[in-house]
Amino acid sequence: MAEVIVEDKGKGGKKKAKKHPPRLDMTPMVDLMCLLITFFMLTTAFSKSKVMDITLPDKLTDPNQKAPVIAASRTLNIILGPNDKIYWYPGAVKPEEYNNLPPVMETDFSATGIRQMLLERNRALFKKIDDFRQQVISGKIEISQDSTESAVRKLKTDDDTGPIVLIKAYKEANYGNFVDILDEMNICGVARYTFVDIAWYEEKMVEAAAGVAATGTTSTN
Amino acid sequence: MPKIKLPTKTPHIDMTPMVDTFAVVLTFLLLTTTMRQPEPANVDTPFSISETPTPDFNAMTFLLSPDGQVFMNFDNGPDTILKYRPKILVEMGKRYGIEFNEFEQREFEKYPSSIGVPIGQMKEFLNLKEGSARNKLQTGIPLDSADNQLAMWIQYARTVNPNYQACIKGDSQTEFPVVKRVLDILQELNVKRFSLITNLEAAKINLEEIQQ
Repeated sequence: MAEVIVEDKGKGGKKKAKKHPPRLDMTPMVDLMCLLITFFMLTTAFSKSKVMDITLPDKLTDPNQKAPVIAASRTLNIILGPNDKIYWYPGAVKPEEYNNLPPVMETDFSATGIRQMLLERNRALFKKIDDFRQQVISGKIEISQDSTESAVRKLKTDDDTGPIVLIKAYKEANYGNFVDILDEMNICGVARYTFVDIAWYEEKMVEAAAGVAATGTTSTN
Repeated sequence: MPKIKLPTKTPHIDMTPMVDTFAVVLTFLLLTTTMRQPEPANVDTPFSISETPTPDFNAMTFLLSPDGQVFMNFDNGPDTILKYRPKILVEMGKRYGIEFNEFEQREFEKYPSSIGVPIGQMKEFLNLKEGSARNKLQTGIPLDSADNQLAMWIQYARTVNPNYQACIKGDSQTEFPVVKRVLDILQELNVKRFSLITNLEAAKINLEEIQQ
């Protein structure tokens, strides 16, 4: 293609030195193309972003409508605080007792923080899901990808031991925290969790724990 | 006996077929990659373990910038004749008493990235030629309760195409009140299932370590 073969027919018996076909050195071109191909292959494979589905509870528009009552013993309140901190407390708080609010525990997004806390409380279900997945991977159970997911969903709906997590966000939290906490729910296989509005007494509890002034300025620590 | 003369030159490898193959592969990759258009705001999405790919069609995406501006993007639908975007624009125009002509509708249809222009400036925005001048008008969609244009956009988008799935693309640093506001608007309009756009990352858990 690139090499043009020039053949000298030789005129009138005059002996000429055979002309060498001109050669192009293609090596740099090949190098460049290699680089470009690598670049395009990597970018096409990794650029596709993923989505995480979430469902919000119904908005209570009717004042007579009451929020569903959940067992306080299984309730776990997680509040996203300022500076990538998480505050949590188990059970429910009565707003009447605002003078004597229970303390909130502080943790963070590391593997030994919130993840450990959640797994401790959700171990039974997490183990069930994990065992099931291991069996699928090792080939003991032959099942398609879709059925695996629905089987895991079934395990989750049947579960009645794990915590019911209520996720709330303090006003100084950021979107990254929100995604991270939902991701932790998926990682730890928490069956029941939802995102709800933060209550005024919970804001107070976070402020007390984080040392944030009630005006909402950033904390000093 | 004549001596055999050994060639002294280094052997030459013909690279031409290799170049040909590479050219073909390169062309293929060039054509198949979807060029991502620069968004009006720089957004670094957070990471999650979710592996569901982003929907190609029937997605309305809300871009939440780190400084709290909200932009939106609707796709035109899986078929070129559906033209969801101009339909939504016309509906929006009717609501706010603005008439968009053919040209403006076409401009809106083919605008490649998210739009965050108040409806009052939409006409000016669509008639501008230059990208930089356009970007100056991208101040974010108003969403306070007095002038909640975002709710209107969502409402008309869902009237035109009820299958639109709401996607939220936020920066990790976007402050929560903005996110909350958008979630509230979605909830009020009865959009309860939606997707958060994230990047993939792997999570490693060691059960034994945690059980101690």
